[in-house]
Amino acid sequence: MSFEPAASPDAVRAASGRGAFARLRGPAGSALAMVLTVALTFLGLLAITFFIGRVVPIDPVLAVVGDRASTEVYEQVRIEMGLDRPLVVQFFSYVGEVLRGDLGMSISTNRPVAEDLARVFPATLEMATIGIVIGVGLGVPLGVWAAYRQGSWIDQAIRVFGLAGYSVPAFWLGLVGLAVFYAGLGWAAAPGRLSIFYEGLVPQVTGLLLVDSLIAGDMAVFRDAAHHLALPALILGFFSLAYIARMTRSLMLDQFGQEYVTTARVKGVPEWRVIWVHAFRPVRVPLITVIGLSYAALLEGSVMIETVFSWPGIGNYLTTALLNADMNAVLGATLVIGAVFIVINKVSDVLYRILDARSR
Amino acid sequence: MAGAIDWLTADSPASRLQARAVRIWAIGGALMRNPLAALGIAIVLVLIVTAAFAPWIAPYPPIGQDLGNRLLPPSAMHWMGTDELGRDIFSRVVYGARITLLIVILVAVIAAPVGLIVGAVSGYFGGWIDRVLMGLTDMFLSMPKLILALAFVAALGPGIENAIIAIAITAWPPYARIARAETLTFRNSEFIDAVRLQGASSGRIIVRHVLPLCVSSTIVRVTLDMAGIILIAAGLGFLGLGAQPPLPEWGAMISRGRSFILDQWWVATMPGFAIIVVSLGFCFLGDGLRDVLDPKQGGKS
Repeated sequence: MSFEPAASPDAVRAASGRGAFARLRGPAGSALAMVLTVALTFLGLLAITFFIGRVVPIDPVLAVVGDRASTEVYEQVRIEMGLDRPLVVQFFSYVGEVLRGDLGMSISTNRPVAEDLARVFPATLEMATIGIVIGVGLGVPLGVWAAYRQGSWIDQAIRVFGLAGYSVPAFWLGLVGLAVFYAGLGWAAAPGRLSIFYEGLVPQVTGLLLVDSLIAGDMAVFRDAAHHLALPALILGFFSLAYIARMTRSLMLDQFGQEYVTTARVKGVPEWRVIWVHAFRPVRVPLITVIGLSYAALLEGSVMIETVFSWPGIGNYLTTALLNADMNAVLGATLVIGAVFIVINKVSDVLYRILDARSR
Repeated sequence: MAGAIDWLTADSPASRLQARAVRIWAIGGALMRNPLAALGIAIVLVLIVTAAFAPWIAPYPPIGQDLGNRLLPPSAMHWMGTDELGRDIFSRVVYGARITLLIVILVAVIAAPVGLIVGAVSGYFGGWIDRVLMGLTDMFLSMPKLILALAFVAALGPGIENAIIAIAITAWPPYARIARAETLTFRNSEFIDAVRLQGASSGRIIVRHVLPLCVSSTIVRVTLDMAGIILIAAGLGFLGLGAQPPLPEWGAMISRGRSFILDQWWVATMPGFAIIVVSLGFCFLGDGLRDVLDPKQGGKS
């Protein structure tokens, strides 16, 4: 799994650059620049998926008419499908379809891909959100602690822990987690989102089981869902924790070296106030970018975790589609994950600019 | 011996060769003083030696079945146990080092030069060329790498060559950013003007004078990226999209062991340790290299 795009400090720095729309200033200008870059990047993503759809060695016409069709029938279907038009025209009609929410039909589920994706997305959202809560809740304090005790054994331990986040394959950690905590200790639940006997008990409102079961007031389902969610979310959270702790540490170190921190200490401000009120305050803004980037990376990383935990989310949908060579589903899932990734990336970037007084 | 060390540590090298040797000696020395970087070098060396001498290191052949000895737990005979076809997992991990090394080297050899050239051209010419190229780079940077690689492999078809191409397609943008940033810092310096006034073409200036100066920071970044490349490659293998059986690719081996994870844990876990150790090795080495070659970034991450 790759948490790399978010994992490098360069990415944070690159995300804080103003890019092609550097001339737009102020919060409104930033927001406009964001909308423009998001639109352009999304168009680029569409170009890539369109290109991939063209490169596929499967001839879409043959898939419809079969190999025994005569040349005339083949030509006729090709024209009906619009494949005789220039590529540019085909691309823009593809963009139009996607914007109307038409991602084609899935050959494995026989349903529109867009409908399938809407059905599976909440499962991914739920897992990634709990994952990022764990990552922020543990990663920020650990990073602050490591910076405060720079060079001590605790700093080294957190550093090694953080490097593990770059080196351990998520699918492997998932399997080991299942072997130890499910098969070995019996603490974790079996793969899947719910135990079979709880399935379909609560009406679907948001698609988020934790929320739906609370709305229905069914605590047994809530507990079961939480039990199933715990291990995959913890493993996902570990990867964002590693990155968030590392970034928090370096941001806090910059602050601890500043004179105002020394001044506060000399004035007798209690140490916890120096850390959390004085030094942490300026760190919050860049941390937003860090958290945004790792949340986006989690959505991407959940592909592997979902496969291991049979989690019925978008990652599982994507890998199943890959194995069935169901290209519409593959490209649709790629588009949705890519779009969410791009938007989170850019929104955290713009939040950074609006909140950071220096960039105004 | 003392003479050799004097030659390697000379303050005023007499030849280009000696200047390079002095620099490499200094970098190597600085790396060895950093325990984690030294560990990283050791791990990467072990990987290279293992890959080169796999037939002599592995006690059993990596392919070929021995159904009488299937799913044996780790023992003195089979250090990492055997898999569902009775193949010795340690031997397969040893041969797998070749595949991992091949993937890592090929991705670096494809992606780094592409990124370097895009970045150097962008930074050197500036203007609309810069805006277009960097717009493209930023676009690729803000897309999910793993998902793109998955989609490319889906289109190209599973297999190790296609996995390498797919990873390389998604890996070049950071190098372009770095090369551009480096190029901007010396684009207007006098030595570039001097070469230009001698009548050198833009192409010559970029290739002979700009690119070499971007190399050291790119090497740092490539080394740091190695872990990510290994993980993506293993992930593709795990999903059945990378190296195909019976190739002993580590990710694919984990995937085979998935069905036995609850009872025969060693089948899936052992190749994972290999991935972790090698990735950590590249991380340590990359961290150390950055501290030595690119001190202004040190401690930032």
